[in-house]
Amino acid sequence: MGQLATTTSQQLIIDIGNIPVAVRTDSPKFLRMLENRYSGFLNADAQPVFEFDVELVCVDKISDSEDVAVHFEQGMWLIERGDLRTEFDPATHRGRIVLSANPYSIDSALRILHSLLLAREGGLLVHAAGAVRNGKAFLFAGVSGAGKTTISRLAPPDVALLTDEISYLRRNGHGYIAHGTPFAGELAKVGENIQAPLAALFLLRQAPENKIQPVSEGEALRAVMESILFFAHDSELVNQVFESACDLVRQVPVFRLSFVPDHRVWELIV
Amino acid sequence: MSAVYIARATTVAARALAGEMMIMSAKDSTLFTLNPVGTVIWQAADGRTPLADIVQQKICAEFDVEPAEALKDAETFVGNLANHGILLVSDEPIAVVKPPAGASQ
Repeated sequence: MGQLATTTSQQLIIDIGNIPVAVRTDSPKFLRMLENRYSGFLNADAQPVFEFDVELVCVDKISDSEDVAVHFEQGMWLIERGDLRTEFDPATHRGRIVLSANPYSIDSALRILHSLLLAREGGLLVHAAGAVRNGKAFLFAGVSGAGKTTISRLAPPDVALLTDEISYLRRNGHGYIAHGTPFAGELAKVGENIQAPLAALFLLRQAPENKIQPVSEGEALRAVMESILFFAHDSELVNQVFESACDLVRQVPVFRLSFVPDHRVWELIV
Repeated sequence: MSAVYIARATTVAARALAGEMMIMSAKDSTLFTLNPVGTVIWQAADGRTPLADIVQQKICAEFDVEPAEALKDAETFVGNLANHGILLVSDEPIAVVKPPAGASQ
């Protein structure tokens, strides 16, 4: 891990959640940007699960679709947003990404791609901060402003941050493994490329006192569903994501974490 | 007035969690939580039993409600779920092709 993964064909293998994705480009400048942005997640030795050719264009608007549109048509996944267009064939595991050379577009393309790959296997991308302490992973979910970046910033030195924005969950038997991601939020800090069994999921709320309260499975499911990143208009996959969310709240303890935004909140997270 | 038949859409995912029936509408990615009356209607929506019979035999038997008011509320509820593609509604019995998701949970 961490080894520069360039080859003469200008390919990088970006390995997030142990799902390596090869990205090829003709642009040395874009390649350097990728190397910097995903430096902790490059793995030249990995066998890529998917391979993408990137085509850079100079226009800002690539698609008329302002919101993310993800469809499966004639055997191909099509992902469109104003600043990017991606198509890939799940049978050949190859695809093409058309975007302008900015880091946010490639980040979005990777997030959407991983959301699709995870959905098939029962994993999830969750709008949540994540951290590892004492070998256990904890997730902190909430809408923007709920405190994901704040609780990440307050983490003591013995805590390893997986992400302050997008958490990556894969199934492992009857539990889940949380993986670090390079998808950063306001903290603008890439997560550590590590993994740990998920011990608990906290629903964040800033409050006058620190408190952990249990929540019902129904409340947990509603909160988790609101926090899941999934974009495809595909009823089979939407139902699969729903089933995965149900399994998550049944298998992992979910709590409401009300917290004062200072370091003492981490005394509760052990 | 003709009978109204209702059936659970076969493409819908549903789970009972701690007594709450949660239903996912893949059509518009909306999550529904049914109250106890709604849950009874959902579970009884077999495509063969008229809605009026469901209300009379299940709702009025289990809950303290006036039959006419219960039927009116049930029709509103059914119409709402039908708009989201969760329930199928017909004036004839509906053949259910596949066991409904979550029906046994």
